[in-house]
Amino acid sequence: MRFRAKIVDLACLNHFSRVVNTIARLARTCTLRLTVSKLYFILSDKVANGGVSMWCELCQGNFFDEFQMEGVAAEHNEIYLELVPENLSRALKTAQNAKAVKIKLTNKHCPCLRVAVELPSLSSSSRTVTHDIPVGVIPRRLWNDFREPSVPDFDVSIYLPVLKTMKSVVERMKNLSNVIVIEANLNGEMNLKIETDLVSVTTHFKDLGNPPWASEDGCQSSAQGRDLESMAEARIDIKKLQQLLAGQQVNPTKALCNIVSKRIVHFILLHEDVSLQYFIPALA
Amino acid sequence: MPFSAAPPASGEPSALSASLDNARHLSSLLRALHFQDHATCFATASGLRVTVEDAKCIQANAFIQAEIFQEFAVQEESVVFRINLSVLLDCLTIFGTSSLPGTSTALRMCYRGYGYPLMLFLEEGGVVTVCKINTQEPEELLDFDFCSTKVVNKIILQSEGLREAFAELDMTSEVLQITMSPDKPYFRLSTFGNAGSAHLDYPRDSDLMEAFHCNQTQTNRYKISLLKPSTKALALSCKVSIRTDAQGFLSLQYMIRNEDGQICFVEYYCCPDEDITEGEL
Repeated sequence: MRFRAKIVDLACLNHFSRVVNTIARLARTCTLRLTVSKLYFILSDKVANGGVSMWCELCQGNFFDEFQMEGVAAEHNEIYLELVPENLSRALKTAQNAKAVKIKLTNKHCPCLRVAVELPSLSSSSRTVTHDIPVGVIPRRLWNDFREPSVPDFDVSIYLPVLKTMKSVVERMKNLSNVIVIEANLNGEMNLKIETDLVSVTTHFKDLGNPPWASEDGCQSSAQGRDLESMAEARIDIKKLQQLLAGQQVNPTKALCNIVSKRIVHFILLHEDVSLQYFIPALA
Repeated sequence: MPFSAAPPASGEPSALSASLDNARHLSSLLRALHFQDHATCFATASGLRVTVEDAKCIQANAFIQAEIFQEFAVQEESVVFRINLSVLLDCLTIFGTSSLPGTSTALRMCYRGYGYPLMLFLEEGGVVTVCKINTQEPEELLDFDFCSTKVVNKIILQSEGLREAFAELDMTSEVLQITMSPDKPYFRLSTFGNAGSAHLDYPRDSDLMEAFHCNQTQTNRYKISLLKPSTKALALSCKVSIRTDAQGFLSLQYMIRNEDGQICFVEYYCCPDEDITEGEL
């Protein structure tokens, strides 16, 4: 198993840091999956996470100038590592003006991701800051736990409102209630609602648009033949939604959510080089 | 400004209905009072008054005249209710607190009467938020009986002169001592904290002093933890009037100019902590 990669371009480095910062806000620990062409940050839905799961996918070619990977075996040319993304985020914080960042999988005393940040220096020799981030190597027999989640059979799919507005509203609602109801219909309308003994607040978004999903195999999805005005809704933990929105440091090019009434809300946030899927289950 | 989610027309008019093009005109003032969870709202034809009290010693009032609102109608002689101020503020600032130039949140308030919740309709950028906040039975409020005829000492200062002093008050001191006198030190703020005592004097001929009417030397102490929240009102204001009466009750009146240049007032009343006569100074 070998992995080494290098980023020299400052813009790519900042972009990668932002992605890692977002992941760090969503998961305390997660799985980093490395393939020849892609990196994935994965959180699978365990009770410990409150049932949320996450799938974030990056094309390595858009970030790294050099990328070499050799998986556990020829037929399984992948590496799965368990790590604390906050550690990686902190290491990358020192790289804001770096000349280059090298990442390498090492196993001196225990498996680590060694992040070596080469900083600009006035003298001829460069300064390097090295961070050793402990990682756990996930054995091949457990790789099935980390398969890409399928798009659920949703009742409504809708584009999200301007994230800045959604974020402000959800942050305020979080002061008032632990639970939020998110509902939407195929007429481009979404409502965010909280209700407690003291207060009820509903925010109405209109004209959001509904993404066109091509139906697979020509079979009917739950969304087809559905009354346009009818709302699909889910009650979710408001903190999870707030974490997702707060973690977005850059506006995505596309942001949408799929609602399976009373079951789950599936968020998809697409940037040029990164796609993030986040699943928040409905509360009982 | 039309609200598609406006309240359905009912047979009876609301006891209170008001609209404001910029909700910040209300929310920023209310934040200057936010040292307790609950507030009492009074509405009369002249406008809205919101009162917050603590420890039976301190009372803060915000006055928003009817003219500040684009629409302000009170059906009964007066309308009173108690409400959770933290919740009210979260609702008024639902779209955030940052003031981007050119954007503002429009507000419509409706209160149908005794026992009904307060309804808020807020709109920004085409997005509408509807809030329904439960109201409570109003409680008896303190009457400081502070009128201009009973005032012994009065000064009016430009707020910028006091802002730093209040922001840096030694909070290890239990009291803030205020001395007002026709003679030196004229106007003195004192604290007695762990590190020692601190005195800040303002001469009567200072540029910051807009008016100085002190007839008698008075020194009074007030619990500093009760007065500290007034710093928020001071931060918003351009001028402050400081008055005391014969019992040493303190009135702080803050003149606040909102984003549109309109004037509102916030007032703090505070009981003295102990009596100190001139002789004991």
